[in-house]
Amino acid sequence: MIQRFILRLVAHLDGPLMGLLALLLLISTATVFSASGENTDRVVAHLTNMGVAFTALLIMSHIPPQRLMQFALPAYVVGLLLLLGVALFGVVVNGSRRWLELGITRIQPSELMRLAVPMMLAWYFHYKQETLRGRDFAIAALMLVLPVGFIAKQPDLGTSLLITASGFYVLYLAGLSWKFILGAAVAAGSALPLAWNYLLHDYQRQRVLTLIDPASDPLGAGYHIIQSTIAVGSGGLAGKGWMMGTQTHLDFLPERSTDFIFAVFSEEFGLIGNLFLLLLYAAIIWRGLWLAAGATSLFGRLLSGAIVLNFFTYAFVNMGMVSGILPVVGVPLPLVSYGGTSMLTVLLSLGIVMSAATHKKLVKT
Amino acid sequence: MSNLRLINPDVEFLRYRRRMEIAGVIAALLFLVLFSRFVWLQLVQYDHYHALAENNRISLVPAPPSRGVVYDRQNMVLAHNFAAYTLEITPAKAGRLEDTIERLAQVVTIEPGDRKRFKKLLAESKNFESIPIRNMLSEEEAARFAVNRFRFPGVEVKARQFRQYPFGDGFAHVVGYIGRIGEKDAQRLEESGLAPNYKGTDHIGKLGIEATYEPWLHGRTGIEKVETDSGGRAVRVLSRTAPVAGFNLYLHLDARLQQVAEKVFGDYRGALVALDPRNGGVLALVSKPGFDPNLFVDGIDTATWKELNESLDRPLINRALRGVYPPGSTIKPFMGLAGVELGVRKPGDTIADPGYFTLSGSSHRYRDWKKDGHGMVDLKRSITISCDTYYYGLAHQMGIERMAGYLGHFGFGRRTGVDLDGELAGLMPTPAWKTKRFKQPWWPGETVVAGIGQGYVLATPMQLAVATMALANDGVVYKPQLLRAWKDPASGKVSYAAPQIVDRIRITPEYLRLVKEAMIDVTRPGGTASAAGANAPYLFAGKTGTAQVVGIKQGARYVESQVHARHRDHALFIAFAPADDPKIVVAVMVENGGHGGSTAAPIARKVVDYWLLGKLPTIYAPEEAADEAIPDEVEDSGPAGSESRVVVPEEIVE
Repeated sequence: MIQRFILRLVAHLDGPLMGLLALLLLISTATVFSASGENTDRVVAHLTNMGVAFTALLIMSHIPPQRLMQFALPAYVVGLLLLLGVALFGVVVNGSRRWLELGITRIQPSELMRLAVPMMLAWYFHYKQETLRGRDFAIAALMLVLPVGFIAKQPDLGTSLLITASGFYVLYLAGLSWKFILGAAVAAGSALPLAWNYLLHDYQRQRVLTLIDPASDPLGAGYHIIQSTIAVGSGGLAGKGWMMGTQTHLDFLPERSTDFIFAVFSEEFGLIGNLFLLLLYAAIIWRGLWLAAGATSLFGRLLSGAIVLNFFTYAFVNMGMVSGILPVVGVPLPLVSYGGTSMLTVLLSLGIVMSAATHKKLVKT
Repeated sequence: MSNLRLINPDVEFLRYRRRMEIAGVIAALLFLVLFSRFVWLQLVQYDHYHALAENNRISLVPAPPSRGVVYDRQNMVLAHNFAAYTLEITPAKAGRLEDTIERLAQVVTIEPGDRKRFKKLLAESKNFESIPIRNMLSEEEAARFAVNRFRFPGVEVKARQFRQYPFGDGFAHVVGYIGRIGEKDAQRLEESGLAPNYKGTDHIGKLGIEATYEPWLHGRTGIEKVETDSGGRAVRVLSRTAPVAGFNLYLHLDARLQQVAEKVFGDYRGALVALDPRNGGVLALVSKPGFDPNLFVDGIDTATWKELNESLDRPLINRALRGVYPPGSTIKPFMGLAGVELGVRKPGDTIADPGYFTLSGSSHRYRDWKKDGHGMVDLKRSITISCDTYYYGLAHQMGIERMAGYLGHFGFGRRTGVDLDGELAGLMPTPAWKTKRFKQPWWPGETVVAGIGQGYVLATPMQLAVATMALANDGVVYKPQLLRAWKDPASGKVSYAAPQIVDRIRITPEYLRLVKEAMIDVTRPGGTASAAGANAPYLFAGKTGTAQVVGIKQGARYVESQVHARHRDHALFIAFAPADDPKIVVAVMVENGGHGGSTAAPIARKVVDYWLLGKLPTIYAPEEAADEAIPDEVEDSGPAGSESRVVVPEEIVE
C-alpha cells in the first residue's frame, strides 16, 4: 500500500536526472559547509531549502503540461501588472526600484517573470502551432520585450538579460528564422556603443570596466573579481583541500556562500574538481535536453528546452563571472549556491521538465 | 517562412531536434571556454595566484626591539624602559572621535592634557595609525576597558615600552630624549635605507646621547610572520624572527658629579664641562637651566612647549655646546704660551703697565681692568694677576693670523667633535674671515681686543674645557667623549670606546711648566682666584675670565630690573687638578655671574673637591647602582671614597 503510494509519488521523476541532481546537491552541501566556516545552522537551512524545493519538484512533476498551460497567460498578466506596480509604487533599495511592498512582505516580481515569460511564449506558440505565421514571432517578441523593458528600467540589467535569453530560447526552438537571428545579432552588435553611452547606468559601465581591469578599483567593484580569481587560480590542479581554502576561511572572499561559492569550490578542489563539476553540469543539461526532446506537446518541448538552456546559462554566467571573464551580475550557481529562492526556482523548473517528458497521454492537441 | 503552414509534426519535430543539437554544441563549446579559463588560472598562472593568495594570507608584523639602556660610569641608570599599558585609538576605525573620547572618559580617566596631546598627534599622523589617548593605564583601568571593549571599535589597549629618564632636568642636555618619529625623521630614515628597521617603532632619539647613538640604542626589529584574515586580525603566528635589543651604553659621565655641579650652580644660568684629561671622557656636562626630558617622550603639550621655548632663561639651549661666549681672560694662558712659543716675547720679558695700551698713531686707550696698572709684568705674572695690557701689546706684536694659527691647535674656532649633535664651532677670527663675513678690512684694534679674548673671539664652554685639557696633558688633545663602553645584550660582550687623540701640540716643556705654575698661582694668595683656591689639599691650577655680554641675544620682552641683571658680565673659570697629575679638567661659565674669580671659580673648586676628595656639597639619597655592572677599565674611575660622605649643604652652597 505504502509502497504503491511511493511508486505513484515518484512515477513522474526521471531516475538518471534525479541521480545527477543528488550528486550536485551533495557537492553543494559540502561546499556550503566549508564556505560558511563550518556553520551547521547554515547547512541545516540549506538542507531545509532543498527539502522545500524537492517538494515543489515533486508537485510540479505531477502537474500535466496541459494543466500548467492554463496558468501561462494569468501568470504572465499578473507578473506584468506587478512590474507596472513596481514602476509606479516600487520601493527603492540600493538605488534600484525592484521591490513591491505588500504590507507584510516585499516581493520582487522580476523573479516571477523568469519562469512566467518562457511559459507564456511556449503557450503562445503551442496555441498558434497550427496557424503559425511570421508575425506570430513578432507578437511573441513583443511579449518578451515588454516585461524585459520594465525590468531593465528598474534598473536590473542582469535579470532583464537573463529573461531575454530564456524568451529567446523559446523563439529559437520554435523555429525563429536564422536570417532574423543573425540580423538581430548584427543589429545588437552595432547598437552596443549607443547603449553604452546612453542606456547604461554608471554603475553598470563600472562593472564592465572593472572586468577589463579589476585593479582599477581594488577596494571597490574590483575587489570581488580580484579575490575570486585569486581563489580560483591559487586552487591549482588539485586544490587546497576541503575546508583548507585560505581565501575562503580567512574572509577574503565576499559572498562566498551565495554568488561566489564557485570560488570556494575551485580553491578547495582545483582544476580536477572544476572539470568534474563542468562534466556534472554537462550531464544534467544533456539529460535535460534529452527529456525535453521527448516531451509530447509543443508547449512541453519549448518550455522544457528553454528551462534547460536557462539552467546552462545561469551556470555558465556564474562560473564566468567568478573566474573573471564575465561582468559581475547577481546570478547564483544553480543548485550549488546557498539560497532558498534560487534552489526553489531551479528544482521547480526541472520538475516541469520531468512532467513534460513523462505525461505522454495528451488530452487534446 | 511561409505565411501559413500546414503543420507536419515530423518536420517540426526534426527541426526542433536539430536546433536543440546546435544549442547543445554551443553550450559544450562555451563550457570548453570556461575550462580553458580554469586551465589558464589554475595551471598556467598558478604560481602568480598562489603568491597572491599567500600575500593575502600572510602579513609580516614587525616586533620592535627593546631600546638600549644608558648608564653612567657608576652603572646608574640615566635612561631606561618600562612596560605599561596605553590606550590607543585608530581614527580610521573609530568613527566620531569626539564622541569616542567622551565615552572613553567615562571608563578611564582622561585629563584635558591627554586630549590636547591627542589632538596634536592626530594632526601629525595618518588616519590609520594608532594614536595614544592615555599612557600608563593602571591594571584596574586596563581591566575596566577590557570589559567595555566591544563598545569602542578602533580603540585598543596596548602593552608598550616607555622610555624614562630617572634624573630628569639636570641630564636632559646630555642624555637627551626620544620623541615620536616625525615627518623629517621618517624621510631621513627612508633616505638612509633604515626605514624597514623602524617598522613598528614610533620613537627615535631626538637629542643628546639618544640621538647620537640612535643606531646602537635602537637594535634590530624582528619579524613575525602572521596569518591574518581580511580584517587584518592575526589568526596565528607562523614563524618569528626575534628582535635584537639595542646596545646598552656606559658613559664616562658621573651622575653624582653632574648632580654636584648642578647643585653648586645654585640659581645661576650657565654651563659646566668636566673632562678626564687622560682620555677625553666627559665626566659632567651641565647646562643650566635644564628641562625635564620625560615631557618630550610622548609629545609635549603646546602650552608647556611654549613656556620652555619662550622662556627668557632659554632652558632648551645646550649652553655647553651651543652657547658661544667671549672667552675673556681665560684665553691668556694660551696667548702667553703662543707669545713665547712663536718667539714674540721671552718668558722673562717684562712690560711696564700704565693701566692702558695705545696703538702708535692713535689716542684710543685700551684699558686694563686695573685702572692704575700692574706695574712691571712678565709672562708668569701676567697670568696670575690677569694683566690686560700685557696681552694687548702681545697680540698686536703677534698679529691676528699667527694668533689664530697657534690657538687653533688648542681647538679655538673648531668643533671639538664631542659625541653630541649640534655643537657650535665658536669663532677664532682672521682678516680673511672678516672680509668674507662683513666685506670689511681688519682693523689693528680688533687684534688688540682679541688678545684678551674679547671682540670677535667666541668659544663654547666645551671648547674651553678641551683647550684646558691640552694644557693639562702637555699638549695631547683628546676628542671629548661621552661614550665609555657599550654592551651587546645578545652576546653579552662589552666593548670600550678607544680614546681618540686629535692633536699633539709641541710645547717647550720649560714654557709649559711656567704657564702651569702661573695657573697654580692664580688660586693662591695674590692670584685672581685666591679665595676659591684657599686650603686646597691638591695643586689647583686655573684661570679666571670675565666676558662682556655681547654673545647671547636676549628675548624680546625686557623688564627693567632684568635688563641690568642680564647685562652683567659672564663669569668664567677654567681649571685642572691636581696640577702635577691632572685627573679632572673643568670649564665653568656663569651667565651674568659678574667676576670669574668670585662666581665661577668656587663652582669649579666644589666640583673638583667632590671628584678628588669625595666631598659632597649637599645631602643626596644616592641611587642604587644597577646590577649590570661592567668591569672598570680605568682603575680609579670614580671620586676617591665618595660612597657615603655627606656634608651639610649650608657649608658649601652659598
